Amino acid sequence: MKNRIILAAAAAVAASGMAISVVSAEPADDELVIDGEMTMVTRTAAPKDHPLDEVMSGWLFRTPETRALEADSFQNPGMLYVERGEEIWNTVEGEAGKSCASCHGDASETMAGVGTAYPKWDADAKRPINLELQINKCRENNLKAEAYKFDAAEQKALTTYIKHQSLGKPVQMDLSQGDLQSWWKKGEELYYTRTGQLNLSCASCHEENNGKYIRADHLSQGNVNGFPTYRLKQANMVSLHNRFRGCIRDTRAEYPAAFSDELMALEVYVTWRGTGLSVETPAVRQ
Amino acid sequence: MAAPKPRVKVPKSASAGEVITIKTLISHKMESGQRKDKQGNVIPRKIINKFTCEFEGKPVFSCDLEPAISANPYFEFNAKVMESGTFKFTWVDDSGDVYTHEQGIEVK
Ligand code: HEC
Ligand code: HEC
Repeated sequence: MKNRIILAAAAAVAASGMAISVVSAEPADDELVIDGEMTMVTRTAAPKDHPLDEVMSGWLFRTPETRALEADSFQNPGMLYVERGEEIWNTVEGEAGKSCASCHGDASETMAGVGTAYPKWDADAKRPINLELQINKCRENNLKAEAYKFDAAEQKALTTYIKHQSLGKPVQMDLSQGDLQSWWKKGEELYYTRTGQLNLSCASCHEENNGKYIRADHLSQGNVNGFPTYRLKQANMVSLHNRFRGCIRDTRAEYPAAFSDELMALEVYVTWRGTGLSVETPAVRQ
Repeated sequence: MAAPKPRVKVPKSASAGEVITIKTLISHKMESGQRKDKQGNVIPRKIINKFTCEFEGKPVFSCDLEPAISANPYFEFNAKVMESGTFKFTWVDDSGDVYTHEQGIEVK
């Protein structure tokens, strides 16, 4: 009896027409244009050997309200962290008496496009390096300052600022560098490995079930083109490794340390999966 | 985050009688006073509790803010402008701190 009532109610909602956007789990048929000027690539043909035909930005899976926040750089709260990042970029710190700008000058010129190509191969460390680690490398070697601790507010702001200099440019890593291929392979393995009490892999959610709802969350393909992202839930910037760890925790598994081999391999592989999508940093997510 | 910082967007110019759109945002934690820290102590409330916008000393828009409003409060409103002048924006913090920003508009 109860079931019949619920069904009847669902039918009534569906008949009203308004239901379409509420019930449907399809990604939005919408175009992301920042400030009415810069058109972003939120869907594109997948690179060779990709398991999906089309790669899609997480933006397409968010509500109209969240999508609108990202489309207006004034309303996007992530832009506050871009501004903060710019201040840090220009601030002298450390024993060398230098700021980032002392060597790199105007980031809008010297860092344009840089954020599209990470992770890169670090020939010194003989492992992949992401933007956070490159910033720390410059802090230690060039500023003679301490490396940031994982997820320090300054690390997130500076990473956001540098990545933002590539806004609208396509994600394009060069996997021919160093040994990146084998890290890619390791990342792929991890992506398909089920973990935790729930026994789920990244693919269980983001490959097999993207477009569907998991509780109140509309599952996306789990692409990384918007990181660091502003999450409304935290009212703060969220780094990529924080997001990875959150997703692994949600399978009720122990999660690896930030910048560990596991998460660096995942970053290499998952970044590749979003090849061709525009950098959206700072993207807005729920 | 660092100290609260206002951001304001007002068109640089408009024609007399035009209705313009004003956007404002301030970086602020908006600590609700209802959360507890790891030790179980209540984190004291600290929010922006009032926002006003004036044009040449005359009120244009104002409102009170409550603890359920999320971090980095954003306002968008309209105003009709008849002559050139300056908008003054004011945010009042629970701590008593006041943050202000001024922006002029040229009316042709
Ligand atoms: C239990 C389901 C689940 C699993 C398993 C899972 N995720 Fe997620 N993930 C989510 C949800 C829900 C979100 C938020 C909505 C969305 O964007 O899909 C999310 C978001 C993300 C995002 C952010 C997407 C964006 O546009 O900002 C990334 C990146 C991501 N996941 C990567 C991963 C990786 C890598 C793994 C495997 C280690 C993984 N996820 C495993 C459920 C899952
Ligand atoms: C003393 C000069 C110097 C200072 C100061 C300096 N850097 Fe660097 N930076 C370099 C050099 C040289 C390279 C290229 C070689 C390398 O990768 O180490 C580089 C490379 C980079 C790259 C990689 C660019 C690319 O094309 O991939 C980033 C990002 C970067 N620096 C960020 C920063 C930040 C952020 C700061 C401030 C915390 C900073 N740098 C301070 C000299 C400096």
